[in-house]
Amino acid sequence: MNLEKVIFTFFIVLALTLNFGFFLGDIDNPEHHSVYELFAAIVVSLIATILKFGDRTHLGSVLLATSLVADMQLIAAAIVWAVAEHVTHTGLTPHIMAVIVSLSGGALLANITSVVLLVVETIAVRR
Amino acid sequence: MHNIVYILLRRIHLPLIVLVCVYAIAILGFVLIPGMDDKGNPWNMGFFHAFYFVSYMGTTIGFGEIPYPFTDAQRLWATVNIYATVMAWLYGIGSALSLLQDSAFQAVLRENAFRRAVKRIHEPFYIVCGYGDTGTTLVHALCEEGYRSVVIDIDPGRIIALELEDLPLPVPGLYASAAEPETLVKAGLMRPNCAGVIALTNVDDVNLNIAISTSLLRPQLQTIARAESHAVEANMLSFGSNQVLNPFHTFAGRLALALHAPGMYLLLEWMTAVPHEKLREPLFPPHGRWILCGYGRFGKAVHERLLAEGIEVTVVEAAPEATHSPEGTISGSGTEAETLLAAGIKNAAGIVAGTDNDANNLSIIMTARELNSRLFLVARQNQHQNDIIFNAARLDLVMQRGKIIANKIFALTTTPLLADFLLAAGKNSNEWANQLVSRIGGISGEEVPQTWVMSMTPADSPALYSGIARGKTVLIADLYRNPRNRDERLPFIALLLKRADTEILLPDDDTILQRGDRILMCGRFGTEQQAEWVAKNHNVFDYLHSGEERAGGSVWRWLRSRKEARQKV
Repeated sequence: MNLEKVIFTFFIVLALTLNFGFFLGDIDNPEHHSVYELFAAIVVSLIATILKFGDRTHLGSVLLATSLVADMQLIAAAIVWAVAEHVTHTGLTPHIMAVIVSLSGGALLANITSVVLLVVETIAVRR
Repeated sequence: MHNIVYILLRRIHLPLIVLVCVYAIAILGFVLIPGMDDKGNPWNMGFFHAFYFVSYMGTTIGFGEIPYPFTDAQRLWATVNIYATVMAWLYGIGSALSLLQDSAFQAVLRENAFRRAVKRIHEPFYIVCGYGDTGTTLVHALCEEGYRSVVIDIDPGRIIALELEDLPLPVPGLYASAAEPETLVKAGLMRPNCAGVIALTNVDDVNLNIAISTSLLRPQLQTIARAESHAVEANMLSFGSNQVLNPFHTFAGRLALALHAPGMYLLLEWMTAVPHEKLREPLFPPHGRWILCGYGRFGKAVHERLLAEGIEVTVVEAAPEATHSPEGTISGSGTEAETLLAAGIKNAAGIVAGTDNDANNLSIIMTARELNSRLFLVARQNQHQNDIIFNAARLDLVMQRGKIIANKIFALTTTPLLADFLLAAGKNSNEWANQLVSRIGGISGEEVPQTWVMSMTPADSPALYSGIARGKTVLIADLYRNPRNRDERLPFIALLLKRADTEILLPDDDTILQRGDRILMCGRFGTEQQAEWVAKNHNVFDYLHSGEERAGGSVWRWLRSRKEARQKV
């Protein structure tokens, strides 16, 4: 067992699960989407990105790219949320909520790609 | 370049993660801790405000409490986080700074800088492996002549010395083992403008490795290697190294030449000297019995050559059995008077101090001079740091191993025709050499002469080439004319004219030049620039060739051609 691998996989999978948890629910219903879950998803996604730094293999670069996409999408969702709440004071209307959740849905796709790649690599190793 | 980014990223994993975690906890804390708005109503900070507050708290600690004054619970949490975020930042910045000073990281930085420097060289360049005595002299001489070079040495001190030296051209240096082929590739072996590899390290095996790598990776490249043992020399030649130089044999050969053909020796010395060396006086070593101190590799080579010249030699050696000294060897180091007297110093003609210890060599020379003041004194100098004391000892001939090899390589690399000339010259008599030496001595002034090559090609001599192509008869004498005044003669002479397969040694002034000719010139330092005028400038060529000065612009040329056409009608 390799502790480094455990931590690495842990964060990548956690990023996916948190993201999925936030995404789950009616797309335009603020009740179904917790701001804390979005926050946790962003933090874990950032950590996962940092963990992927410095891998010189081809797979490493692809993993880093998917992570960067997820970060971007989640941070965009958070910015939309903050703007709606504090700048324009429109509040979480169904439209705004749908935008936020669909952005996190994009991040979810990136995170799924990341995990699929990880699983593919793990299967290819056969050790 | 990628290397650095990857190392940087890999090394700052942990600080970055710590930073993200500390920020996350701080932000979460502010969101969860209940606050109060300005009217006293319970109010919870959102993620937006929490992120804003934590961001400036970590870096500045000073914009106050927003959007409402904090409750005590919030202040407590803020106090904890001020320390936590500052620590996290310090840790992150500290790791980044210590990484910059890390020796491994520095090595990567240096290597990258070296690669970039090599990549920036667009002219032909030589890779010089080993920056000892020989390497230093060679690189200096190459720079002086405007040739680019790249240095590899295993000793970081020497690379630092290279960086501190004030060379006229930038010479990138890499501290690495040249025995590894990858090092040679880093130094630009595979680059199309790499002109040759010169292996000068003091380990024969390393030189051998360099020669093998070069001949496998770039079979057509010029390779010059130094080898101190016969086995390695033969080995290198077996796979096609262009030149293998054995410092001991080279010098023994020079010494023998000095003894039987002083004129030829001087010619050779002048032709292979590095720029700005003082012109040396001709040597006239006496004939008679010689004493040779030290029968190591150098002593053996000298002994062999002297015997071949028919000179009687008495060998003095501290360990006669171990070195298989010839019969009649006097046992002793030669530094004490008794041994030298036993070797018959009183009636010897000359002495060669050839041990591998500079102090011993000088001691031998001093003792010998005391016993017999008419002796011809020859000493081997092992380290160039001892230049001052060897100069002070006023010896007749000093063999500086590094310098001899450096000079020879310099001549081989910078003027390839020189090797042909020296070969052709060697077939002539000493009297011939004496005459040539006095001719060259007459024009070269205080310093050693400079040699260069003039090629009758469109690229090298556009004016001359087109002149010949237009059917003008150009003589070698035309090349000698001074561009300022065609009746004056520039101080240089043509040594060798190479035309297809034929060679003309010392071509006469009325030799007619043809397209494709290559001529080896020899003259006072700096004459080359003046000599280039006739080759490259059409107007200067016309003036020197015909004596007429003409306007050079297109309009004037057109007007003139019209005028000439009219005159014909």
